[in-house]
Amino acid sequence: MKNKTLSDIFSYLRKYRVLIAISFLIALISVIGTLYIPVLAGEAIDCIIAPGKVDFSTISGLLMTAGILAGACALLQWLMNYINNRITYRVVRDIRNDAFRKLEILPLKFIDSHAHGDILSRIIADVDQFSDGLLLGFTQLFTGIVTILGTLFFMFRINLWITLAVVVLTPISLFVARFIATHTYEMFHLQSTTRGEQTALIEEMITNQKVVQAFSQEQKTTKQFDEINQRLQKSSLRAIFYSSITNPSTRFVNSLVYAVVALTGAFSVISGRLTVGGLSCFLNYANQYTKPFNEISGVITELQNAFACAARIFELIDEPAQAPDAADATVLTGVDGDVCMEHVYFSYTPDKKLIEDFNLSVLPGQKIAIVGPTGCGKTTLINLLMRFYDINSGKICVEQKDIQKITRKSLRQSYGMVLQETWMKPGTVRENIAIGKSDATEEEIIAAAKASHAHGFIKRLPQGYDTILTENDGMLSQGEKQLLCIARIMLCLPPMLILDEATSSIDTRTELKIQDAFSRLMQGRTSFIVAHRLSTIQDADIILVMKDGNIIEQGNHRELLLQKGFYYQLYQSQFETEQNS
Amino acid sequence: MKKLLIYLKDYRKETILGPLFKLLEASFELLVPLVVASIIDNGIAKADNTHVIRMCLLLGLLAAIGLVSALTAQYFAAKASVGLATRIRHTLFCHIQSLSFSELDSIGTSTLITRMTSDINQVQTGVNLTLRLLLRSPLVVFGAMIMAFTVDVRAALIFAVVIPILAVVVFLIMLASIPLYKKVQAHLDSVLGITRENLTGNRVIRAFCKEEEEIQSFTQKNEALTGIQEFVGKISALMNPLTFVILNVAIIALIHTGAIRVEAGLLTQGAVVALYNYMSQILVELVKIANLIINITKSIACGNRIQTLLEIQPSITSVSASIPQTTDEIAVEFQNVSLKYHKTADDSLSNISFRVKKGETIGIIGGTGSGKSSLVNLIPRFYEATEGTILVNGADVRTYPLEALRKKIAIVPQKAVLFKGTIRENLLWGNENATDEELIAALTMAQGADILTKKEEGLDSKIEQGGKNLSGGQRQRMTIARALVRKAEILILDDSASALDYATEAALRQALKSITPEPTVIIVSQRTASIMHADRIFVLEDGVLVGAGTHKELLDSCEIYQEIYDSQFRKEEE
Repeated sequence: MKNKTLSDIFSYLRKYRVLIAISFLIALISVIGTLYIPVLAGEAIDCIIAPGKVDFSTISGLLMTAGILAGACALLQWLMNYINNRITYRVVRDIRNDAFRKLEILPLKFIDSHAHGDILSRIIADVDQFSDGLLLGFTQLFTGIVTILGTLFFMFRINLWITLAVVVLTPISLFVARFIATHTYEMFHLQSTTRGEQTALIEEMITNQKVVQAFSQEQKTTKQFDEINQRLQKSSLRAIFYSSITNPSTRFVNSLVYAVVALTGAFSVISGRLTVGGLSCFLNYANQYTKPFNEISGVITELQNAFACAARIFELIDEPAQAPDAADATVLTGVDGDVCMEHVYFSYTPDKKLIEDFNLSVLPGQKIAIVGPTGCGKTTLINLLMRFYDINSGKICVEQKDIQKITRKSLRQSYGMVLQETWMKPGTVRENIAIGKSDATEEEIIAAAKASHAHGFIKRLPQGYDTILTENDGMLSQGEKQLLCIARIMLCLPPMLILDEATSSIDTRTELKIQDAFSRLMQGRTSFIVAHRLSTIQDADIILVMKDGNIIEQGNHRELLLQKGFYYQLYQSQFETEQNS
Repeated sequence: MKKLLIYLKDYRKETILGPLFKLLEASFELLVPLVVASIIDNGIAKADNTHVIRMCLLLGLLAAIGLVSALTAQYFAAKASVGLATRIRHTLFCHIQSLSFSELDSIGTSTLITRMTSDINQVQTGVNLTLRLLLRSPLVVFGAMIMAFTVDVRAALIFAVVIPILAVVVFLIMLASIPLYKKVQAHLDSVLGITRENLTGNRVIRAFCKEEEEIQSFTQKNEALTGIQEFVGKISALMNPLTFVILNVAIIALIHTGAIRVEAGLLTQGAVVALYNYMSQILVELVKIANLIINITKSIACGNRIQTLLEIQPSITSVSASIPQTTDEIAVEFQNVSLKYHKTADDSLSNISFRVKKGETIGIIGGTGSGKSSLVNLIPRFYEATEGTILVNGADVRTYPLEALRKKIAIVPQKAVLFKGTIRENLLWGNENATDEELIAALTMAQGADILTKKEEGLDSKIEQGGKNLSGGQRQRMTIARALVRKAEILILDDSASALDYATEAALRQALKSITPEPTVIIVSQRTASIMHADRIFVLEDGVLVGAGTHKELLDSCEIYQEIYDSQFRKEEE
């Protein structure tokens, strides 16, 4: 799994391999340059021994070199940071684009069955975390390693024995860091579970804040919140404190290393194997040399976290997409509305049979109604017609063409769909109406709005057709949104219609007017209508009666009543209560 | 950001002690170059081995004291920052709960959630790092300068010149990047927005074949985000190289001055090494700061977002703490009430006046967007009327403490919302002190007794978040039961029987009549059948009250009511 993630990451990095190579090269040069400056400084200090024993000409030469080197290193460092930023953000951009593209071609089954919050946090939060880790990896991991190696090289050049002492001592700091890291993992885990619990509560209560206030439950929810908040405080404190032990502890080890260097160095100077400048340079290195170890241990934790996030993203990207349009798929044109279903089998899950051996033949212009109690799976048929889900076996044809051999785009454009759940795109009212026909003229849009009786309320909005609709906007009622959805269809006038309880939130008087517009729209158009109220579909050519996901009866109103089956019962119960009420 | 820091006041001790111990650690660190200088000047120069050993042991001791101080400091910093975050989270949560509906409408759920979660986390990290390091670093920097002065005043002047320059550079880069980070955050919000949209509106997008367009618009937004990120990156990437160059120039100047001073016999070689070490300490410290500044800059941006939210004043608050004088005759009265949601919008309700007697059942009917929900939302003061007065039990709703007012009213909202927990916990929202018998009675009255029989654990059966494990009809019956448990004086059903079939709805109406003492019931509906038996019916059209009376009276006198009635019943008879 981890190798897979790694190779996925590398496949994204490949595109930027030239930049990466340049970045590494620059890092190498600038680190060596940075390390060479203390050597020059040390040599200069060796020229300052006592009054009268100061070699000014050598010093100025050395300092000049150091100055030029420092300038060059700074320039290279900036260039490297710039390149690293660029690589990271572009890799992240590529990953996000791919993830989003995937979102558009994932089977609806995936989107229906996964929490939206989870998918969202993968594309946003996880990618963000990954980018932080990647950037840190680029800037610190490589330079860190080069710094360690470079320092060792320079130290060996100055004095072998002291260097060996340093090399022997450094693993201690790594051990300490490792020890603390493994022990804090548990605490971090507890912290993130508690945090997750709290986020869930926050989301629930904030999303439904109005209900909370209606029942004056503010104090109770606050109490609930505070309880988790207290636990989070405790676990965060422990996680943060224990993880922050690492730094001082490794620094302590470093300080000990420093003391050992001072001790052995001083003895070496006394016995003449080292100069004072050499010692100063050594002490400087001892400081610099241990720093990357701390950083690297930090980077490694960060990278582990980043990899975990990357794995979650790639899981999404690697999710099998819906079957692409067949190679020989044709574009559906000149649709009259001839639809037929032959021996269709379908189920959402293999263990729960749903539609079995279903046959239906619809002539152009016919009106098909789907009725049944709530939750009986009326929308399943729509899912199949629109090819949101693919059937298990059998055949669905439009104009005698198997819909598997038609491009999805042309199939879906042949249907005008109004769903029970209204969805508005953030944007203006005008954009929302024109979603199916982006080149519509102002006149066409207004005509469509008028036909769906939306023009009146749109005009009353603050900026009319230019009013911007945002998420959970209190501005439009459910019914008004539905009218806008109907206006969309009125604008594009597709050859076939799917109306899924399209008028459920609209008051009956308006509905009556819309029905009027609808029936004009339905003239000569094949239409599939999911209905709650039986009264609205009595004139349908074919009524499909569904129960528990299955189609149990099929026929027109009169035939079904004569059958005295489930439809008859449904009709009777509705009819009776309406009479008695 | 500033105003958030007052929440640190309960952690005053930690906030002060944390940096203080850091200071202690830093000052011990600052002694190190002096000890080294002593090794060079006294130990090495005089070949005094015991002095060298003693000094090196001293180095070890300094390290140990440093460790203890650092650990103490880390603990205090963690405690203060976590405490602060906990406080802010609590305050923000309470604040959000105090906001009224119009603020909630305009702010939007998703940014409330991000501010409650990720923004606060970022502030916590920022404060923790600040307490730990941002105070330590200047201490080390200034400490190094002061120590340099004790070594040699002339040479130390270089420190005095360099440090302000460094401060200006760091400050300028920070100043430039804070607004940019805010922009990054805003761009991230928009990328999040479009992703969210595409999840919720997936079916519609696919039905209209908008996938390619959505991908294009996502790519554009993503590109904009990348662009601004790279731009910020370019600026903050200046920090390290600039400080590096400045410090190295300083080191060169230092050695040069040192050389002159040693030549003149005013300074020893060990002292030059010490000065040089102080300068490198500053260098190390600055590299640390540079990495931290980014984090802190981000926290400030997030802190400002939180503060903005905290500064939004709820438009509706309790004015008095005491319950006003009430009369029993009239349950609800509207006097010339008008309502506008936005300043620029048309009236949602205009000039509405009516009286509802105690125990009356009122039906409110009207078309989509006619203002039915707006009208009932005014009674519990969810929104404030733009004009006119609303009286409950004869007293202006604005004179009630909010909670006392809302306790009088039980509302069944349009959308059937349930919360994670058990059936009992959900029903207890209506009244915390209700007994199991009362809960079951309410559920039975709401025609939902079968929910209990279908679940094995009865009232203790688990409800998932949003009530996902119940059907739409079951959810609606639960919300009705929840309102009934309250046994309130006024019961409002806001179009809440729509998921119930006609028979169930009729049974529910019957059951409501049996409650004693009889509550005032207000039923909002689009179906004539739901309200035709009410004592009086109000007909709304475009926010105007166009008719009031019984079913019979309205059929005779109110044209709109006739139309609504005909639209529903004539069809049935066809």
